[in-house]
Amino acid sequence: MIKIEKRNDVPMALYFFTPFIAIILTILGGGIIFYILGFNPIEALKFYFITPISNLYGLSELLLKATPLCLIAIGLSFCFKSNNWNIGAEGQLTFGAIVGGGVALLFYNQEGFYILPLVILAGAIGGMIFALIPAILKTYFNTNEILVSLMLVYVSKLLLDYLVVGPWSNPEGFNFPETRQFSNSSRMPLLFEGLRIHAGIFLALAAVMLSWFILYKTYLGFQIKVSGLSLKTAKYAGFKGKTMILVVFMISGACAGLAGVGEITGPIGQLHRMISPDYGFTAIIVAFLGRLNPFGIIFASLVVALTYLGAETAQIFLQIPKYTGQVFQGMILFFLLASDYLLFFKVKILNLKKNELRH
Amino acid sequence: MYKNFFRYLISAIFLLGFSVNSNADFKVGFVYVGPTGDHGWTFQHHEGRNAVEAAGIKTTFVESVPEGADAERVIRQLAQSGHDLIFTTSFGYMDPTNKVAKDFPNVKFEHATGYKREHSNVSTYSARFYEGRTLLGHIAGKMTKTNTIGYIASFPIPEVIRGINAMTLAAQKVNPNIKTKIVWVFTWYDPGKEAEAAQALIDQGADVIMQHTDSTAPVQTAEKAGVWSFGQASDMQRFAPKSILTSIIDDWAPYYVERAIAARDGTWNQQDTWHGLKEGMVAMGPYNSAMGADLVKEVEQLQKDLASGKVHSFTGPIYDQKGNILVAEGKVADDGMLAGMSVYVKGVEGDIPK
Repeated sequence: MIKIEKRNDVPMALYFFTPFIAIILTILGGGIIFYILGFNPIEALKFYFITPISNLYGLSELLLKATPLCLIAIGLSFCFKSNNWNIGAEGQLTFGAIVGGGVALLFYNQEGFYILPLVILAGAIGGMIFALIPAILKTYFNTNEILVSLMLVYVSKLLLDYLVVGPWSNPEGFNFPETRQFSNSSRMPLLFEGLRIHAGIFLALAAVMLSWFILYKTYLGFQIKVSGLSLKTAKYAGFKGKTMILVVFMISGACAGLAGVGEITGPIGQLHRMISPDYGFTAIIVAFLGRLNPFGIIFASLVVALTYLGAETAQIFLQIPKYTGQVFQGMILFFLLASDYLLFFKVKILNLKKNELRH
Repeated sequence: MYKNFFRYLISAIFLLGFSVNSNADFKVGFVYVGPTGDHGWTFQHHEGRNAVEAAGIKTTFVESVPEGADAERVIRQLAQSGHDLIFTTSFGYMDPTNKVAKDFPNVKFEHATGYKREHSNVSTYSARFYEGRTLLGHIAGKMTKTNTIGYIASFPIPEVIRGINAMTLAAQKVNPNIKTKIVWVFTWYDPGKEAEAAQALIDQGADVIMQHTDSTAPVQTAEKAGVWSFGQASDMQRFAPKSILTSIIDDWAPYYVERAIAARDGTWNQQDTWHGLKEGMVAMGPYNSAMGADLVKEVEQLQKDLASGKVHSFTGPIYDQKGNILVAEGKVADDGMLAGMSVYVKGVEGDIPK
């Protein structure tokens, strides 16, 4: 007979330590998978986790990849902390990119220092508006925000498809589904010559600082945390639940929109159908791996970004299938949830007599 | 396909088996947009890679590389890690390929289906798939009972429109009452959407289905519905043995082997390649015996004539949907016109999405 009991005293240190356990277990699990696939596990793991960042270019790529993940996860942490399950960051990213990209196209062939800030602002507002849809439906019509935000992902992707195939497609582009290249004034400045890391990273860092300040130093942050711990308590304390829901979704959407605009004005430089390899969904893993803590999220976004780069390097050097990247991301989440379960619950094996089983 | 593969293997062994490898470190990289097991576009590029490997040249591939920000990193990593020639096998890699080429002047780049060659180390290549479409049109025109041909199209780019037009013109030649119905799916690979589109076309009376997308879903849907179909990119016969009349096969192997050897031996130069039935970059799968011996003979003759240049897929008079003349009687469309084709010919139903 197995009995599961909630633990009352979960040490804080252990709570922040379990993500590391999850990562270590993932690396061990990965090694076993590589071994079963017939590769030398040590060599494979080296190509996976060390080779990609063994030079300056690799480090720049790591930061480039981590930037959108970090931004989105920071936004999501506001939602998740307050028990609002925004699953549609991918849609908010896409809509932000559409609005920001639209402004960039509006200023096609124009120069000016004010263009990039406008594009970025438009992207943030776009994401914010798109996140408001599930928030308003939840607060005023009692719909389930998980479903609504998820379904809106497809809406925004189809809208993007329509725009790049139709009205916004490059007139000189032979009908290929992409817009014109943005002019230089709509592009994120590069930080170093020859590397792709761009000024968007400062947006992510600013978001980290700001979110730390809001969550830990303001009344709003207090409300968010209390609502997350117990909705009843929050109500009893007289917090205006509706406003808070709208605000956390707006923050979350704005961050995702910024991530989208960072991608299209950074490494991509135009709108087309593949602006994000599902950053909005991967960021959910990042948010939880980072324990919804702003600094934890920085660390988590770097780890998860590395699984993308590692998958590419491992395929280039060892021809290990690239899908191992997704396997690693899945394993991280799995081990994290599993260790969380053991952290919060005690599993007791009881030795009961027959008559005790009956009740 | 295996037959082809072994042909190259054997010829490669004969050609190179005993020659001294002048550059043992020479490596060729491939970037694929899909998984190697898609049984369509990427599968065929992978077959081409296998042929290069069989020719004694080391290769590397990266599959399922999204056409977004990741493509540039993958191409650059291949260039950095000692690859001397890199094939980027999807249109969306055009700008990243040119960008990386600028920074690696000693590495050669080959971009499939694009039109930008911004640096002297970038070549482009594509196949005259429309020649295969002409053969499909001839067969479809003869086989249809409802005079309706269903066509699943991906994106309204010249390559796709060219295929629709070539097919329709050839079908009209053998059956003047032919109508081509088109469903645009706006994807290259989405089995669900492709199957739905095939079903929609069958419901509208099409009894021959063809597609300019990569999955096997359309032929499988046709097999279930009991209508005719054609394989695309690779020989898809085993996925719909009753329904498939033939397949258009993209055979990149000879080109890849030739270019890899040229790059290794230092004779590689920039070019824009557009090969067809003649060079074997476009090949046909086995013809279904349901076509009847006479039709098979006819089509095989047409295939020879297209290869020899005796027949051209776009021979005038060709009219657009409104009846304006596009190509005058006795003339053939030049490559410039083919490359930018953006209107339907008469007999195609509907409008090109804008």
